[in-house]
Amino acid sequence: MKRVFTWTLFALVVALGTNFGTNANAQGIADLEGKIVVDGSSTVAPISIRASDAFRKKCPKVSVPVGVSGTGGGFKRFTKGETDISDASRPIKFKELKQCEENGVKFIEIPVAYDGLTIAVAKNNSFVDVLTVDQLKKIFRASKGDGSFTNAKTWKEVNPEWPETPIKIFAPGTDSGTFDYFKEVVVGKEEGASIREDMSVSEDDNQLVQGIANTDGAVGFFGASYYFSNQDKLKAVKIVNPATKEAVEVSAENIESGKYAPFSRPLFIYVNAKSARRPEVKVFVTHFLDNAGELAKAVDYVGLPESISSVAMNHFKRRKTGTHFWDKDGEKKEGSLTELYTAENILSLE
Amino acid sequence: MVLLLSIIVQGLPAITSSSHFFTNPPAPEATEAGIGPSLQGSIWVCCGCALFCLPLGIGTAIFLEEFKPTNRWLRRLSSLLQLNISNLAGVPSIVYGILGLTAFATMFGVFGSDADPWFEIGTTYKRQYLTEGMEVVFLPVEDRDSIPALTDGMVAYKSDGSEVKLNVIGPDDDFPDDDATMAVSVLSDAEGGINANQAWYSFRLPFGRSVLAASLTLMLVILPVIIISTQEALRAVPSSLRQAAQGLGCTPWQVISNVSLPAAVPGIMTGAILAMSRAIGEAAPILMLAGIVYITQGPKHLMDDFSVLPIQIYYWAGLPINPNATLNFQHIAAGGIIVLLGILFAFNSIAVLIRQLATKRLT
Repeated sequence: MKRVFTWTLFALVVALGTNFGTNANAQGIADLEGKIVVDGSSTVAPISIRASDAFRKKCPKVSVPVGVSGTGGGFKRFTKGETDISDASRPIKFKELKQCEENGVKFIEIPVAYDGLTIAVAKNNSFVDVLTVDQLKKIFRASKGDGSFTNAKTWKEVNPEWPETPIKIFAPGTDSGTFDYFKEVVVGKEEGASIREDMSVSEDDNQLVQGIANTDGAVGFFGASYYFSNQDKLKAVKIVNPATKEAVEVSAENIESGKYAPFSRPLFIYVNAKSARRPEVKVFVTHFLDNAGELAKAVDYVGLPESISSVAMNHFKRRKTGTHFWDKDGEKKEGSLTELYTAENILSLE
Repeated sequence: MVLLLSIIVQGLPAITSSSHFFTNPPAPEATEAGIGPSLQGSIWVCCGCALFCLPLGIGTAIFLEEFKPTNRWLRRLSSLLQLNISNLAGVPSIVYGILGLTAFATMFGVFGSDADPWFEIGTTYKRQYLTEGMEVVFLPVEDRDSIPALTDGMVAYKSDGSEVKLNVIGPDDDFPDDDATMAVSVLSDAEGGINANQAWYSFRLPFGRSVLAASLTLMLVILPVIIISTQEALRAVPSSLRQAAQGLGCTPWQVISNVSLPAAVPGIMTGAILAMSRAIGEAAPILMLAGIVYITQGPKHLMDDFSVLPIQIYYWAGLPINPNATLNFQHIAAGGIIVLLGILFAFNSIAVLIRQLATKRLT
């Protein structure tokens, strides 16, 4: 009972502190000291940087440096207990989960926003408007050695009505969560399947934008925020939702409602449970979650629906550690974030 | 030339429009962003690098050049060393980044991890409590693992140093009624968070992703360059000078410290400064070591977190471009490039100046 009271008071004070900076109680929080180490995905970093910057105005003595080692690189440090918060543009991998278990690192898994993966072509590309997931497989997968699958070299091979322009592919770096996510959707777990290698790869998304905009027959994929700020140069391809068979455009509404499937992905922060015992981390994460919607919108991501963010807040308050995306045998659970992200579905570490 | 012009055109508004460009920390809005902490970080890392690199590099070069072995086997060893140094000068810097990460930052894992160092000095710990009245109090502790047992009336400190007496609420106690007592009340099983204060001389093993680790890594990158340029400079000192000194009865050390080294100083300095300007522009090894792109303070000691200019520029240049904004992160990045170019230009001018002014005719 006492704990609940404490948390109510805590949430109240944080809420007051957010709304009225001059509140007398907020002065207490302003005395907090310390350092919170954040590292991980460069896709999530803009949100974390915004959160850190806003937090600095509230607790000036707490420093929250944000690193961009990539989702995988961030987890490598997180599983050793070197960082307090790991930014991730995909759920934790089973291998990383095992490493956490070995090192005794427990974590709270918190989604903070949605990001839509955009498949884009040049603005002046007149024939590609809609693609199905099967057509994407034809374009992006590698040919199999036994001849059971050959990828398309020209657009005509994807759809006979389209011209015989060669396909040029622009893709983000293989170390990024964006690449991992796209690969998982297009290639999946099918035996012997992989993503093709004759692509122009760049870590710099602005270069992908330039490449796609200036190359005939180019196609590529990246986070929707890069599309939103380059709509004059690019055309986003509508993706046929495999469930409803309806062509869906990439937009904030469609990403939030889940219609833009399968290319809308949740972005996460993973909070080390031991670090979450520290007051400054507690205040920072609470502040982060309270403002996640606004922070996401400010960097062209999409805020989470109320149903998920309230579960996230609850998870953090009650320290529900563990992942929602794996069962204990290393099988990945299938389903949307709303279905998976529930307290019942959690796999806690030993 | 076109590139340079476009950088200047893009970057000048960033430098001139915001008066705090040189002092502000990076910010989520381009209009408020500055290069303060990364510029300081660059200066720290570079100074650290020079401190380690110059004595070691120049010393190695003197040894290789002035103390040539006479024995046949030692001569082979010496030429093998020479070959290695020339090869190392051509190794891509990212490789040194990986080496630096394992050798300096984590030290092969033999000294524990960054979060739990094996050896530590200059660090004091305290536990930070948020009382039930949302006030911050501290209790000093011996090390990072000790959790003090809370008792009623225990003395704790506020952040301004004033003392307060704690009121501990046991599992079955009621909460106090007045706000003043609430402000100093903690639950008997309260979760205090560990908090480290590091003095200016603080030091630890392993180094972690600190300024020191970065300095040492950059030292590896430019050491071969410094050794080779120093050797060239020493070789350019006419042997007649050395022979004259030897003829006057100087010991080998006297020959070096009074004759060869002073004569070679302009050449050595030029090489060293050019090597330093390479170090200040390196992004790859630092990115490998510590890819921090948002940090609000410059480093305060050798064990501190840091960011450097090239990394900040690299990150900003990759952010989405908003076509409607007048000042984008691309402009801020261009502003950073101008500053970096300015530093490099200054370094190179100093090198040229030294060569022009300090060179004496030796023959």
